[in-house]
Parts: sequence; structure tokens; C-alpha cells
Amino acid sequence: MNRLEKALEAHDLSRRDFLKGCAALAAAMGLGSSFAPNIARALAQAAERPPVVWVTWQECLGCTESVTKSRNPDFVSLVLDLVSVEYHEAIMAGAGESAHQSLQKTVSAGGYVLVVEGSVATGIENAMTVGGRTSVDIAREVIPAAALVIAIGNCAAFGNVQAAYPNPTGAVGMLEFMESEGMDTEKLVQLTTCPVNPVHLTSTITYFLTRGALPETDHWRRPLVHFGKKVHDMCERRAHFDEGRFVEQLGSEAEFNRYCLYKMGCRGPSTFADCPQVLFNGRTSWCVQAGQCIGCAEKDFWDELIDFYQPLPGIAIPGVGGIRADADTIGIGLAAATGAAIAAHFAVSAARGRLGKTQEVVEKEEEV
Amino acid sequence: MPKIIIDPVTRIEGHLHVEVEVENGVVKDAWTCSTLFRGMETIVEGRPWYDAQHYTERICGVCPAPHGHNSAFALEDAAGVNIPVNGRLMRNLLECGQLLHDHVLWFYVLNGLDYVNVPSALGAKASSEELQTVQRRLQVFVDSGQLGFLESGYWDHPAYTLPPELNLQLAAHYLESVSIQATASEAFAVFGGKFPHHMSTPPGGWSSVPHEEQINRYAFKVREVKDFIDNKMVPDLLAIAPYYLDQASIGQGHGNYFSWGVLDWNDLEEGRPENRFFPQGAIIGALEGNLEVQPVNQLEDVLVWYNSTWQEPFNGVHPYEAKQRPDFTGPHGITEVAGLDRYAWDRSSTLKGVPCEVGPLAEMLMAYLVHGDSHPAKQMVDSTLAAVGQAGNVPVLFSNLGRIAARTLKIQLVADQTLAYVEALRENMKNGDLDFFAPFPDSPSGRGFSGWDAPRGSLAHWVELDGGVVSHYSVITPSGWNFSPRMTSDRIRGPVEEALVGTPVADPERPLEVLRTLHSFDP
Repeated sequence: MNRLEKALEAHDLSRRDFLKGCAALAAAMGLGSSFAPNIARALAQAAERPPVVWVTWQECLGCTESVTKSRNPDFVSLVLDLVSVEYHEAIMAGAGESAHQSLQKTVSAGGYVLVVEGSVATGIENAMTVGGRTSVDIAREVIPAAALVIAIGNCAAFGNVQAAYPNPTGAVGMLEFMESEGMDTEKLVQLTTCPVNPVHLTSTITYFLTRGALPETDHWRRPLVHFGKKVHDMCERRAHFDEGRFVEQLGSEAEFNRYCLYKMGCRGPSTFADCPQVLFNGRTSWCVQAGQCIGCAEKDFWDELIDFYQPLPGIAIPGVGGIRADADTIGIGLAAATGAAIAAHFAVSAARGRLGKTQEVVEKEEEV
Repeated sequence: MPKIIIDPVTRIEGHLHVEVEVENGVVKDAWTCSTLFRGMETIVEGRPWYDAQHYTERICGVCPAPHGHNSAFALEDAAGVNIPVNGRLMRNLLECGQLLHDHVLWFYVLNGLDYVNVPSALGAKASSEELQTVQRRLQVFVDSGQLGFLESGYWDHPAYTLPPELNLQLAAHYLESVSIQATASEAFAVFGGKFPHHMSTPPGGWSSVPHEEQINRYAFKVREVKDFIDNKMVPDLLAIAPYYLDQASIGQGHGNYFSWGVLDWNDLEEGRPENRFFPQGAIIGALEGNLEVQPVNQLEDVLVWYNSTWQEPFNGVHPYEAKQRPDFTGPHGITEVAGLDRYAWDRSSTLKGVPCEVGPLAEMLMAYLVHGDSHPAKQMVDSTLAAVGQAGNVPVLFSNLGRIAARTLKIQLVADQTLAYVEALRENMKNGDLDFFAPFPDSPSGRGFSGWDAPRGSLAHWVELDGGVVSHYSVITPSGWNFSPRMTSDRIRGPVEEALVGTPVADPERPLEVLRTLHSFDP
């Protein structure tokens, strides 16, 4: 009996259930269900579960919380069957010296998956310490020896709320930190929503396990499959935008009818993420089912996209009647209006020919 | 005197460095040091007033609901906004989803491994097919040679005293609890959009009008969680308690308890804190037998202390005057702090001049003593004390075991109360009340306050608005009470520091007993 069969038996899972889970993962990765058997084979063949070092620095632990809510695979399967979490302060049994030894053992062996949650404090370095070392000290040790680095959540990627003005501690995300340290950012992937979507993490891990490479990313090192499209373009309320039906007051009848939240300040038109497709909490819901999008996948959204309950500036609102052709222009016009960061996203994507690529991905997912 | 440094303290939210001095196998003195600072209060200042709750939710990803709620309540207080009853109901429903997820996760994943010896479960006689399946799964995991997150455990420590069969039962429920807490978070997300960091709670009430299918999904998910709590979690507590009765005389602390109260109850429209399901109040001097519940006045009773923190000193100020001005003076890396005047990032807080313990034990004591026979807490606590042979002995609760029992019993009450809110919401909507939100006033100015307990205990936000902009923001989290470093000119130990004193330590290399006292506070 191979390892997979043993594991399945231990779970009382049929092979069929397992393949179903793999198919869900394949869909999340935008690969199509025909890829599921490849994932299954790769998972079964892995002689050892890949070691994971999961560090938590300047954070709220919300990303760990989010990942413990994962379904297909659930968190227990992730930890017991898919990977081997050698170090994660929030779940590990031992503490202090014993925990530190687990970290040292894994880091000296090298070749682990490094999951980073939280920002690095580079201004007041001692604003973040673990085991007698600052986050800067630890980062310099654990990043170089890692096979890949997955920055989960907006803190690890961009510094998030603690990096918002006036950024009292000099909080920075992984991309900026690694670049400033001259580290190889080709092994970095950033999953930037606040909190991380567990689907993004599990699909990135299994993509790496099955292909030995990272998914194609944008200039922020975000996988295009998850961050290549605007929230607005996939939004379940999009038809109301196109038809000019807007919520004018929170908690109103128009809101009960789930009209478009653009006038309530929704940042969907300037935010690149697939939240409307993968949802949160085991596909239970997502922000726009409860309120507006505040753009939490974007760099510096706490400073650049604020006044969250006022509409984004510089955008023509559709009148009554279908104007679908104009809606896309609005998105592009908006990118220029809402700051250099977003415009740069378009520019870089276009320069790399990735806007076209994104379109292909969309079509592929529609087939699934 | 041998000193033990525990850093990181694991299975907590946040970052904690603890030092204890041990004499004759018992903790003589202790220092708790938070090792994370972000400056969140400073960051909120200067922002549009109605945005504040989005920032402050991010103070804690384990308990975003009470941060969001306190923010919204404080902003409404400052702006003079009265929210509709349905808005309050929705906040209670969201808070219940938060609590249900939190306490289940804490009981098994955070606190459980201090008492449940997972490797021992492999040697148990599995009494059901379900348990056999779990045992096989654990065996495969252990046989793989990659123990991962379990490898660092102190599994041969003599303080693990459960028989293998109970270890197996609890290990099985540990695995199941991960799914159950996810279900509770899904109930939360049905209304809040996602957990953590919901989008539903601007000042004014609730942003969205729920559909019947959402109410259904919420209610059925809560029922699933309630079933687990009633039939597994509470029985697990009663099953393991007899093996750990020593914990009833460890971790006493100062014996001062305090709660802002949480969850509206019999005057939903007014939402008066002293009438909440867990009512506001303070008990000062419980160890001397003083169990009288005193009223709390936030303007007069609360002070923030800076004498042991790495922030500029403003000793003994009210939160409206409190500032965050970092001034680190400790050793690089925060290697060792005992003996330093200033030794933590957290500030300290006093209520009525004394350090106070906050959390479910305080909340249950208030419900028991304030509401008496009219509240289900009374009967539940009395019958539980009787079941463990301690009928009428309330002081036995002032301990690690008391905190664990209080949190477990509390969540059983919350699960029942959650379904009562669902019925109240349905009744209102049936009667045609579809009012969920009061519009934003234009550019409000003023001071506002809200105290509303988080899962870990007393949480309050103080805000000052100037022309629609946040001009001052102050938060005291549960850790801002429990994990206070030494405070006042007398340098009184913080509640957890005091509770650690007297904790036995069998083996300084494996300080399991210290972790038990720490985890009983759900840090």
C-alpha cells in the first residue's frame, strides 16, 4: 500500500473523494478538471511531505485564522497529509527553546517552503521580535535557505495597515524587503488579500508541488490566475452596474435587491483579485455580499483608496440602459485616475503581454 | 535562582516573551513582555471617521468582530447616531459567530495540547469505529517520521495524566474542532462577508438587509456548532477535569475581575451595559471574600500606565489622553528583560486603581452575581460545581481550571442565546421592520466610547472626532489588562504575572505548567 492509499484509508476517504478534492484544487488554479489526476499522482508520489516554516511577524494572525477555515483541502489535511508544518507559533505544541530548535533544525536542512505572515519592522527593528531576534534578523536567516517564499496577506506582501501613514515602525512587505537585501525575488510569490484567501495558498502550494515551479505572476509577484482580473469584472452585482442600478443608501431596499455598490464606495473597479470567483470561508461569502470592496489586495490601499464610503473619483457612472461597451473603458480610465500604483499594474501587464494572457485564463475557467 | 525564558510563547494570538524565576520548583516571580508594536492608534488618526472600524478590525485577526463593534459603537456615541434595533441584532449575531469560533478553537487547538498527550492516543483501545479511524490516521502521520507541529511537544512530561483512551477521544475531537470552528466562521461570513475582517458594520448599524436564505444558512451552521459544544466539548471538559484538579489551586492571581459586558439581552433597544447577557461590572478583592459587583464608570475608573512600557511616559492617564509614542530602550532582540524598569511594548491598565483580570471567568462571575436566578449562568455554574464535588464553592473558580471551565460553559450559553437572536430577527422582519441602518451625519465632532468584551475579555475603544476626521483614538485590549507589565508607582505585577506566581515547575527545560497558566487566559 503506498502512502496515499494509507492516508486515504486512515481518513475513510474513497479514491473518488480524493480526486474530487484534487479537481477542486485544479479549478482553483484555473487548470481545468482534466488536470486533477496529475495533482493526485504528484501528491501520491511525494515521498515526504514538504517541510513548511511558517513565520508570523507584524500581523494580526488573521491569515492563519483564514487558512484554518480552508475547505478542500481542510486545514487538518493540509497539516497532516499535504505538507509538514515544522514551525508555526500559533499551532505548534512546544514553546520557547523547544520551538526554536524545530526552527533551527528545519532551516539548517534548507529547501523548505517559507510562509511569511506579517510585515518586517525595518524602522524600529525591535518592534517585532521572536526568541531574542528581530524580524529583520530572522528574515535574513530564513529567506535565503528557503526553496520558495510565499508571502500571505497584505502585511507580508506590502506592509498593510501598519505600513499606512505614518508607518510608525517602518513596516515593509517581502518584495520590498527582499529587493532591498539583494535577495532573489524569483522564488517569491505574494498572495495579497487581507486576510489571505486559503484557496490562493493551497493552490499555490499544490501548483509548486505538482510542477516544481511557481505560477506566472504580475510585477507584484502575485499569481495572475488569482490576481490578473478586476473584482468589478467578475462581480455578481456587475449587471446592475451596467444597467445603472445603484445602492444609494446602505441598508436600503436597493441594497436588499443587491444593486451595485459603486456609489457606496466599492473599490472593485480598481482591485485585482478573484474574490467573486473563489469567495471566502469555504466558498460561503465574500465582501460584496455584506458591504463594499475596500481594495485589500492592492498595495497601499489604506492610503490610496480611502474614504471608503465615497465613490472612487474620476469615473463616469453609467446611466439607465445597457452600456456594457463603456464599462471596460471605465475600468481603464479609472486606473489612471486612482494612482500610479494601479496604472503601473496595467502598464507592466500590457508591456509583458499579460493582459491577453489573462483573457485566456478567463476562458479556460469558463470551460471548467 | 534559576530563571526560565519562554520566547516564543506558542499557541497564542500575538507575540509574547515570558520570564519566570523558580525557587524550590515553584514560580517566585514573573515578567510578561509583549514583543510586537505596530502603532495602530496613531495610524487611525486623521482618517475619515466612518472608515475607522476597517483599520481597527485589523488590530486582531482572531477577534475582528468586537474591535469592529467597539469602533462602530464609539463612533456612533461620538457622532450622536442611534442605530436601529435590527442593526444591534445583526451585531449580536456576528459577535456570536465570532465567539463560537473562538472558544472552540481555543479549547482544543490552543489550550488543549497542554493537557492532551497526542502520542499517547496511539496506545489507546479505540472504543468505536470513528475513534479507530482517527487512531489509524494519527498512526500514519507518526509513521511518516515527520511529526511537524507536534515534534516540539513535551510528551513525556509527568504532568500529562490522562489515560490513553481519553487522549484519543480528545485528539479525535481536536481534529473535528478544526472543522467546527470553520463552520462557526462560515456562519459569521454569511452575514459579515468573510472571516476574519468583515465588511458589514459601518457606524449607523448594518450595511446590508439579510435574505431569508442567509438567516437559514446562519442558523443551521450554528446548530451544527452547538451540537458539537453540547455533546463533545462540554462533556470533554467534565471528562478531563477530574484528572487535572490540581489546576483548581494554580493561577489564582490578584482576584480582581472586570468586564465591560457583551451581547445585548433583555433591553435590546437601549443596550445598557449593566443589562447585557454578560453584564458590565467589577469585583475587587475576591480572594478576601468580597464578591460584591461594583458599577464601572469609564471616565473615572480607567487609567493607562506607561511606567514599564517602551513608550514615552504619560503615567496614569485616561484613555482620552493616552498616546502611542514608541521609545525602545530594551536589549536588541528583546533577549532578557527581568529587572529592567521598562520591559514590554504593552502599556498597563488599572480599574479603580488596581490591576484587573478580564475574560470569560469575569464575564461568568458577573452574569452569575448580577443576574442571579434569572440567568442560565446561575444554574449552569451551580450544577457544574456540584458535579465536581464543589457545590457552592465559587472561590474554586479563581484558578486555571476556573478559567477553562468558565470559557467552556460560557460558550454553551452563547450557542443557546445565538438562536434566540435569530428568532428575534425573524420576528422583527415578519412585523415589517426592515430598518437596519441610520445614515451618516455630516462631518461629526465629539468624543465617543464603547466597552464591549472580546472573546478574551474586556475591550474598549475611545475616539475623538473633529469635523468628520478621527483626531484621537485609544484602545485597551484584553491583553492590555491581563498582560499588563508592572504598573503604578508601587510597580504592582500585572494580572498574568501575579497568576504565574505559585505555578509549580517540575522541569525548567520543559515548562509545561507555565504554559498552562498562560493559556488559561487565552492570550
